[in-house]
Amino acid sequence: MTERHVIAVLVDNEPGVLARVIGLFSGRGYNIESLTVSEVDAEAGLSRINVVTIGTPMIIEQIKNQLDRLVPVHSVRDLSEEGPHVETELALVKVAGQGDKRVEALRIADIFGAKVDDTTLESFIFRLDGQSDKVDRFIDLMKPLGLIEVARTGAVAISRGTEGI
Amino acid sequence: MSQEMTGSEIVLRALADQGVDTVFGYPGGAVLPIYDALHVQNSIRHILVRQEGGAVHAAEGYARSSGKVGVVLVTSGPGATNAVTGLTDALMDSVPVVCLTGQVPTHLIGNDAFQEADTTGITRPCTKHNYLVKDIADLARVVHEAFYVARSGRPGPVVVDLPKDILQGKGSYTPPSVNGHRSYRPRKKGDIGQIEKAAAAMAQAERPLFYCGGGVINAGPKAAHLLTELVKLTGFPCTLTLMGLGALPASNKQFLGMVGMHGTYESNLAMHHCDLMINIGARFDDRVTGKLDEFAPHSTKIHVDIDPSSINKNVRADIPIVGDAAHVLEDLTKVWKARQYRADRKKLDAWWAQIDEWRGRDCLKYQASDTLIKPQYALERLRELTKGRDDVFITTEVGQHQMWAAQFLPFEKPNHWMTSGGLGTMGYGLPAAMGVQVAHPDALVIDVAGEASVLMNIQEMSTVAQYRLPVKIFILNNEYMGMVRQWQELLHGGRYSESYMDSLPDFVKLAESFGAVGLRAEKPADVDGVIEEMIAVDKAVIADILVDKAENCFPMIPSGAAHHKMLLGPDDQAAEPISEEGMVLV
Repeated sequence: MTERHVIAVLVDNEPGVLARVIGLFSGRGYNIESLTVSEVDAEAGLSRINVVTIGTPMIIEQIKNQLDRLVPVHSVRDLSEEGPHVETELALVKVAGQGDKRVEALRIADIFGAKVDDTTLESFIFRLDGQSDKVDRFIDLMKPLGLIEVARTGAVAISRGTEGI
Repeated sequence: MSQEMTGSEIVLRALADQGVDTVFGYPGGAVLPIYDALHVQNSIRHILVRQEGGAVHAAEGYARSSGKVGVVLVTSGPGATNAVTGLTDALMDSVPVVCLTGQVPTHLIGNDAFQEADTTGITRPCTKHNYLVKDIADLARVVHEAFYVARSGRPGPVVVDLPKDILQGKGSYTPPSVNGHRSYRPRKKGDIGQIEKAAAAMAQAERPLFYCGGGVINAGPKAAHLLTELVKLTGFPCTLTLMGLGALPASNKQFLGMVGMHGTYESNLAMHHCDLMINIGARFDDRVTGKLDEFAPHSTKIHVDIDPSSINKNVRADIPIVGDAAHVLEDLTKVWKARQYRADRKKLDAWWAQIDEWRGRDCLKYQASDTLIKPQYALERLRELTKGRDDVFITTEVGQHQMWAAQFLPFEKPNHWMTSGGLGTMGYGLPAAMGVQVAHPDALVIDVAGEASVLMNIQEMSTVAQYRLPVKIFILNNEYMGMVRQWQELLHGGRYSESYMDSLPDFVKLAESFGAVGLRAEKPADVDGVIEEMIAVDKAVIADILVDKAENCFPMIPSGAAHHKMLLGPDDQAAEPISEEGMVLV
């Protein structure tokens, strides 16, 4: 019944706008799987919030309508519903180990196309981007190899083709 | 380059340019600069309440009875937090209010300064929008925007938090812009294709029903007029929500009475059995729908609402229309006429015959008494003794008396009925009545109250006295939190835990101590005299009507039940025990 949706929200970059969005989700009991926010147009003072949420179709519709009626919100787009889009997230993954485990970690990182951003004699920091499930799989594989810490951005997404938000 | 003014002067100038003539407020340290500026001008009247909560309800009463934006002015910290209940009330009932709150100076924000509270943080979920002004260059624009946001689309409360240094600083004034707001532009006109579909569905319906709410009231008197016309044109029956009373004259023969938990039998059964529901400006509230999965199971649903988030929230709409009730009603009527639609007379007659049979149950009847004043009797007498007047405004507190007022008083016009629907705020009625009386100085403003509710804001009697507001407080005094007692009787084995109102004041002496008139009715024979005197005196009155303490409010849909499981009276009570799912509902 529940579906995962990636929603892009264009908002005025003003104080409290993120609190409004987060408060809406917590106050009405909606799920946030991930959420990213950053200014995307400094001149126009616009920020973009990318939120990944899970709910029944009725709840997803509510979420979009509730977001849309917030005063500083310019546009709400459901990328999952609207069609093909590119979705990616960035993760930094710290793995510590020696010997075979260290070699195996590096080998798997290579297979996944992860970059080594930093290394010591006993640890790596891998940088990986891609779809969230790819990041999940990478992290799972690192667990027996000495996974220490993960930092993830959450998904950002943009629709394909010539149209903008 | 316009002239330099202080922040306080900019605020007052902006209020004046927004057409504000009245502000309800209470001073304090952070807003002293505004009070200083108020002192040297004559265009805005300030009504000094006795607690900030009263100011917001007064502004609500003012707004709902006049169609204008209500304005509140309170100080920082406790001033703002006391306003929170009123703001939430205004949000739930879609009342346009602008609340100006003082704030500690910008350099102290976040320092736990004296009378500091995170006002924008606290009020974010209970306002339509809020602002903290940190630069005097934004001040005029923000105040204008606040009014635009409060009254546009689905109306609601807006807070503008004003640090003291901004109020004392110097800046320039900018007049209201025509653009309103750069991102917030709610849709007014409904989609014509959807309206065509709705009209076609109406023409084919066999058991149609209009179900209309506060959205029709908020769309202005024109919307109520258009609704009345369309109801007549189609011949369809119409029910109204608590918030919608007055949208169709109560005397209209096609009006079935209020719908919902304490609505009429005929309304609720018509809701259950209709094959087409035309919802205009109502939001399928849980007080109306009862058990959702058994709600109006055979009906196609048209839902007109200005707020897209109200559509498909609780009940899926088959024909959703986003737009202002007045615009949609106008277009719907045009389409109905242009296509020369008319209802199938035979089928509609059969539907009306069924409705008349339900009406025959006379669901509002009660057991009359010669010795005890029945609350319903008191309201019937109030109805009779105010008959023919078109200047009667009713406010209420919250509880049994509120439901009886909704059932027994006749609302012929919009904006004459002010009650706390969504939030159910006890203590609403007295301050709201003050606001109504300020907006309509010569009208007969009656707060139908319970003795428990009215005590929640009884301090406002002092405001009533100061401004010589001749409001009438009509207390149906049963010495109980009546609705709490009723639920304890029906759901909790008659264990009346903490619902008895011990140590009540002598309301007659209480009235007199505030310079008002106190009256009391102890038996049915007293009622007419008390009401007549209450209306006749040109002063505030508290009429203490000592009613039957055991009376319950019927009809009633027990919580968790569907419409057709309605209880009609005390004899119905034991028919079916209330389900466990029902017990957890409010």
